[in-house]
Amino acid sequence: MMRKSVIVGGLFAVLATSAAVPAYAEDSIYVPLFTYRTGPYAGSGIPIANGMGDYFTMLNERDGGINGVKIVVEECETGYDTQKGVECYEQVKAKNPVVITPYSTGITLQVIPKAGVDKIPVLSMAYGLSAAAVGDTFPWVFNPPDTYWDGASAIITDIANREGGLDKLAGKKIGYIYLDAGYGKEPIPLLEDFSKKYGFTLTQYPVPGKEMQNQASQWLNIRRDNPDYMYMQGWGAMNPTAVKEATKIRYPMDRFYGIWWSGGNDDAAAGGDAAKGYRTLNFHGVGKDFGVIQDIKKFVVDAGKSHVDAAKFADNLYNRGVYNSMLIAEGIRRAQEISGNKVITAADMRDGLENLDIDAARLKEMGMEGFAEPMKLSCSDHSGHHKVYVVEWNGSDWQKASDWFSPMTDVVRPMLEKAAADYTAANAPWPKREEACKN
Amino acid sequence: MLYREVGQFKTSYAADQQVFPIRQDRIGVVLILLVALVVVPWAGNDFFLSAVAIPFLVLALATIGLNVLTGYAGQLSLGTGGFMGVGAYACYKLVTTFPDAPIIVHVLLSGFAAAALGIVFGLPSLRIKGLYLAVTTLAAQFFFEWCFIRVPWLYNYNASGAIEVPGRQMFGVTLTGPSASSTARYYAVLFVVIVLTFLVKNLIRGRIGRQWMMIRDMDIAAELMGVRPLHAKLSAFAVSSYLCGVSGAMFVFFYLGAAEPSAFSVTLSFQVLFMAILGGLGSLVGSFFGAAFIWILPILLRWGMPLVGMPLPSETVTQLTSMIVGALIIVFLILEPHGLARLWQIGKEKLRVWPFPYA
Repeated sequence: MMRKSVIVGGLFAVLATSAAVPAYAEDSIYVPLFTYRTGPYAGSGIPIANGMGDYFTMLNERDGGINGVKIVVEECETGYDTQKGVECYEQVKAKNPVVITPYSTGITLQVIPKAGVDKIPVLSMAYGLSAAAVGDTFPWVFNPPDTYWDGASAIITDIANREGGLDKLAGKKIGYIYLDAGYGKEPIPLLEDFSKKYGFTLTQYPVPGKEMQNQASQWLNIRRDNPDYMYMQGWGAMNPTAVKEATKIRYPMDRFYGIWWSGGNDDAAAGGDAAKGYRTLNFHGVGKDFGVIQDIKKFVVDAGKSHVDAAKFADNLYNRGVYNSMLIAEGIRRAQEISGNKVITAADMRDGLENLDIDAARLKEMGMEGFAEPMKLSCSDHSGHHKVYVVEWNGSDWQKASDWFSPMTDVVRPMLEKAAADYTAANAPWPKREEACKN
Repeated sequence: MLYREVGQFKTSYAADQQVFPIRQDRIGVVLILLVALVVVPWAGNDFFLSAVAIPFLVLALATIGLNVLTGYAGQLSLGTGGFMGVGAYACYKLVTTFPDAPIIVHVLLSGFAAAALGIVFGLPSLRIKGLYLAVTTLAAQFFFEWCFIRVPWLYNYNASGAIEVPGRQMFGVTLTGPSASSTARYYAVLFVVIVLTFLVKNLIRGRIGRQWMMIRDMDIAAELMGVRPLHAKLSAFAVSSYLCGVSGAMFVFFYLGAAEPSAFSVTLSFQVLFMAILGGLGSLVGSFFGAAFIWILPILLRWGMPLVGMPLPSETVTQLTSMIVGALIIVFLILEPHGLARLWQIGKEKLRVWPFPYA
């Protein structure tokens, strides 16, 4: 009798777990990564994919996962194509992912409305919809550490610092060259607002996606307009082309700024020696002199478990991939603390990300002292508007060229809230937030 | 043996002129409809319905649209993606302007916007032919893409520049938006595709379709026999753009869920053109074959290669898939330049005389 009930109970338990976690064993967490190692954006996509994957491999090798739970990482190749993005989303959805990282603004926009329905958090690290920072409207979407609008305001801040104050911007001319898609157009309202407020002239140079490798006409206009500063919001093959064209017209490179996504090593290297001085924003460390990068080298790269080319190990976008995976891993860790379970669900992960609080002590523990700034998210603020700094290209690598400084949160936040309200109005009926806040 | 029309006598004109004169074909069509209506939604999971079946049907409809123009009326077009985009943006404007009307009505109406623009861009076809016409349709493609990016009214002055699909219900069932089930979206798409395919089939069998084919085969002869090229060509452009527009609206509203202008790039035009050529120009069933080949085969390969013990990294799978599909396209076109539809027809003819090699 006893034996029979044990067998029945055992069978029942097996059935229950197999129903709950169809694809993966009980002691692992499934993290799908949307990557693109093919297509016109592969130049930016490959280092990020390598960095993201290698950080998780390192956690699995060094620590046996997170609190003893292995992380199962699976890449889904999107080619930066929204059609394949849908396919990837549907494919991974069935396997109980704890988080989705779309790595494309177009795919992020598609996934945002689905996230709340399917109850899967979306982590679009410093890309995607800026308005998603408003956690009360978008409980399932996270875009730390900064939004594009933070980025735009930070670039204006740095320009103002060099000129000697925001009031000195009056009469200056700032050119904005951008990928003519949602990603590039997003900062325009903020820049237009600033140009009125601070009295500088804004000139715009859109680069169509399919012509991003041919920017001769845009740069001809730039030479004619001769802006005092240039600001670029580019991605993929657009970046190296722009840097090359800028050097061709002998634009002063130290006045040429890129958003963080325009800061690949290959992007700047395309301009050769002439690209010296090209500046981009950054929110994580550059180079190999960090405990975490050394650990990745020891446990992953030297062990032959990485795709990365030795020469490209720990370049800027690779480190960004590492930073992105660190956010996911810390979200998982926090979710484990809050839920008390080792194997977390997507809903736990949402709580974990919302209560993310990485302080200096934790950064030191992770070997990320100086690699990243402390960060904290809250229920209403899913981005955090964290500090950034400027790096400068010295001809062979990026060098830190400023201290960490804050974007203009006071200006950005009301704009974000307005954009979030616009989004819900356009997408009515937009569901009200029901998720409890555990801050 | 099984597929033979012996003994099926037609005793009325109606019976002789029906769409499927052979009984076995009628049974086959009913079986296919049963599979599409019952088996697929019942057996398919979310992934199959959302990522395979829905886009397949939508693209098949776009291919039919292109086939009307290129396959039946002989006017080469590279603007399919643009016309699909027109349908999508028109539907978006309709849905946001009249939020209470049923979504299917919006989808069907949005095709008319595409049809109107199709007529405008079809006007050059009265003077130019062949590759030269392809260039003007390519211009339409680029013009539309430019509009989708540069005319903020089209996307309601959205900061992200993309169109997003609001949730809409019909008969109490949520059909669009994130909370729409894949089954509901599948049925909506299937309904539209079946109805429109049936209409197009009858259009092609009738006076208008015959005019198109006359224009295609020899326009001067057709004109001498009383076919007015203005009417025939522009009606082909209108019907083709209508179908493409409806399919574009469904592409965004039932499949993608949100779209940037890049979703309707020239790549999509080429994708649909390949579907039409590979499936067989001037064949409706070929449109479905072509869409299946170009859309479903790569997904099957990507999904199947890891299953048969090839643990490859995902980008290698993607690249291998492109190579295999590319090679297969060449193989099929060498074997049968008239597309999969012609292969299907040859197969049916062989079946008729089976087991003998010829009749």
